[in-house]
Amino acid sequence: MHLTLGALDGILFAGAVLAGFLGSLTGLGGGIVIVPLLTLGFGVDLRYAIGTSLITVIATSSGAASAYVREGYSNIRIGMFLEIATTIGALVGAFLGGILSPGIIAIVFGLALMYSAWMSSRPRAEHAPEHTSDPIARKLKLPSEYPVNGEMVKYGVQNVSAGFGLMGLAGILSGLLGIGSGAMKVLAMDHAMKLPFKVSTTTSNFMIGVTAAASAGIYLSRGYIDPVLAMPVVLGVLLGSLAGAKVLGRSQPKTLRLIFSIVIFVLAIEMIYNGATGNI
Amino acid sequence: MAPRGISEAEEAREYHKIELFIGNLLRGCVIATVIVVIFGAVLFIPSAYSVHPAYHTFRGEPAAFRSVGGVLALAFTGDAKAIIEAGMLLLILTPILRVAVSVFAFLYEKDYLYVVLTLIVLGLLLFSLSGGA
Repeated sequence: MHLTLGALDGILFAGAVLAGFLGSLTGLGGGIVIVPLLTLGFGVDLRYAIGTSLITVIATSSGAASAYVREGYSNIRIGMFLEIATTIGALVGAFLGGILSPGIIAIVFGLALMYSAWMSSRPRAEHAPEHTSDPIARKLKLPSEYPVNGEMVKYGVQNVSAGFGLMGLAGILSGLLGIGSGAMKVLAMDHAMKLPFKVSTTTSNFMIGVTAAASAGIYLSRGYIDPVLAMPVVLGVLLGSLAGAKVLGRSQPKTLRLIFSIVIFVLAIEMIYNGATGNI
Repeated sequence: MAPRGISEAEEAREYHKIELFIGNLLRGCVIATVIVVIFGAVLFIPSAYSVHPAYHTFRGEPAAFRSVGGVLALAFTGDAKAIIEAGMLLLILTPILRVAVSVFAFLYEKDYLYVVLTLIVLGLLLFSLSGGA
């Protein structure tokens, strides 16, 4: 390839705007397609791609959180408590990233992509909040309340230890792959801890930035974060996700979501294939 | 737990104030990042016509780009790439700042259990930022 730097940055910017836009419209997050875009689309080394993606994840999480925090859905205590698991996990993941071969990391990445696509295709019904909480949850003051049609409704928190363990796993994947691990965080909070949908979504978003920051420092010191790659991607994804949020607010169109899930699934297979054949 | 002498309603208002502050802090940091990165990008335009480095082989960033101190030192000399990288550092710092503010928020609420939990998270983040040394 004999692209000039300016041309490369221009194309990357356009790709990142599209990724951010689709990610925000479908609720899947733009970060998840950055690594396949860079590695499969531009032949960028997986390590640079992971460093760039991690920074993008922090940007979108912080951008969205500034809006979410005001609405009073996110539970800062749950977020902070589970952050202990995700930050330790992220440090472990970043450590593993330094010793595992790129081929293996690409295969794990493909599997994580498939999981995200599958999770997002499942309906997420708002379950009625329960008032029962497990004893650890009460001790940690995790149960709280959130606004429903202008009224505050109390909710309980269950299976804290299972949620904490899953969060550790989410942290490892985040640190290893440079993604937000939103799908795994939702599994921990929705399915294990039985939090209301809006609370788990916004709290997960709050946590994604902190988790990503926990491995970003390590990756910086390893020289994975390249300013010339990160510049167009971060600006593009921020602009794209802002535009996506403006267009549709919080609604998630079904057809678009399905198409994006299929795209992610195809990318997953390509990542696994390239990882297995040693092309990454 | 409400601090002594403060009603629950007042506590809720204080808590909301902290949340608003955190929201503005995050927004401010993201906007500052975008400004710094665009500033660096403008300075970078003259080098945009050079052939891009071979990103398909991993060489890693030069030593100056591998630590907070190194990036900042180079950024203050007006180096375009270092200024862009400083913007990225600002972005990494955003969630860390948020956790740091939460320490004070829990301290204000006299919730010492969460002061300790939050300090653990902050410690892990700073450990990473120092390069895991």
